[in-house]
Amino acid sequence: MHEMALAESILTTLQEQARQHDYARVRTVWLEIGPLASVEEESLRFSFDVVVKGTLADGARLEIETSPAQAWCLSCCKSVAVVRRFDACPECGGHQLQMTSGDELRIKELEVD
Amino acid sequence: MDFGAGPARAHAPGLSQTRMVQIEQDILAKNNAYAAANRACFDAAGILALNVVSSPGSGKTTLLVATIELLKTQVPVAVIEGDQQTSNDAERIRATGVPALQINTGKGCHLDAHMVGHAVETLRPADGAVLFVENVGNLVCPAAFDLGEAHRVVVLSVTEGEDKPLKYPDMFASANLMLLSKVDLLPHVDFDAKACVANARKVNPRIKVIEVSAKTGAGMAAWIAWLQAARTLAFPSGEVAAATR
Ligand SMILES: Nc1nc2c(ncn2[C@@H]2O[C@H](COP(=O)(O)OP(=O)(O)OP(=O)(O)O)[C@@H](O)[C@H]2O)c(=O)[nH]1
Ligand SMILES: [Mg+2]
Ligand SMILES: [Zn+2]
Repeated sequence: MHEMALAESILTTLQEQARQHDYARVRTVWLEIGPLASVEEESLRFSFDVVVKGTLADGARLEIETSPAQAWCLSCCKSVAVVRRFDACPECGGHQLQMTSGDELRIKELEVD
Repeated sequence: MDFGAGPARAHAPGLSQTRMVQIEQDILAKNNAYAAANRACFDAAGILALNVVSSPGSGKTTLLVATIELLKTQVPVAVIEGDQQTSNDAERIRATGVPALQINTGKGCHLDAHMVGHAVETLRPADGAVLFVENVGNLVCPAAFDLGEAHRVVVLSVTEGEDKPLKYPDMFASANLMLLSKVDLLPHVDFDAKACVANARKVNPRIKVIEVSAKTGAGMAAWIAWLQAARTLAFPSGEVAAATR
């Protein structure tokens, strides 16, 4: 599904940054992927391996970091941790939640040479 | 968990020539930049762009055809059709007399902002137009791709089950409006519309809901009124007039 598009997008970024940061090979890519980003980790790993074949990132390792999602509860007026989008507020049980984080899809850092 | 440490990052000088590069870049940055460009172009021309998403066969094209029949005498309308194959949907739209362009995504399961930008250059919607973008039928992937639309409209037909908002929360969370379609079939299916709306509000407390049937015309007036209100809100009359001139 769209993990392939994401993998292609990651590769484009790696190629663009190669000029700017003057590297020839990418060894490791650190990604931050929120639990609500609807990314299937295994599918992304598979797509990435396929997409980078024969490029500067051939064989590169993906390190994926995930932090818990946060939401703002309109009833409690505070930030609470949630696991899924439609979870109830863990404090008051209500559904007046505004997601504030959890859909991150970011390249954080690279190990290059 | 401490992401700052760990063996993968510990450098043993002399052992390897590798170095770390901080880049902090959004994976969708490129799409988001194209989306921002589209949005700026729509705003400048007073175009109200709507990204219409749903699972396959929810009735998007049928609904657009019925909508266009009601709307085309009031405002200019244009349509971008996204499909993996075929240009059937664009042909159905063109039969109403409004311009439509088909984008075939091939293997791609969603439209992205770059494709839409190109389509807009070719289609050239009139200033002040309502531009409908019918996305590829898929409740997962299009959620992540901003096209530069003013509003995202998710269509859910009553034959699909009231649990869909919970199964595909990202799509319903990112939409402004849910059109509950094919409501003429309600007497024939076990579909709890109330439960469906409650589910949608669980993932998106602010989502608006309009029940429609392209077949009987039920709810169409409310949907057209929503469109006109969205247009007025985005482009207070003076601006649309100025853009149209
Ligand atoms: N009963 C009833 N059937 C409808 C209605 N709207 C659409 N349909 C039927 O639903 C089927 C799919 O309609 P389409 O308009 O092609 O659906 P779509 O969402 O554009 O489909 P894709 O573009 O393939 O994802 C067709 O057989 C339509 O006749 C409606 O309001 N009531
Ligand atoms: Mg269609
Ligand atoms: Zn609460």
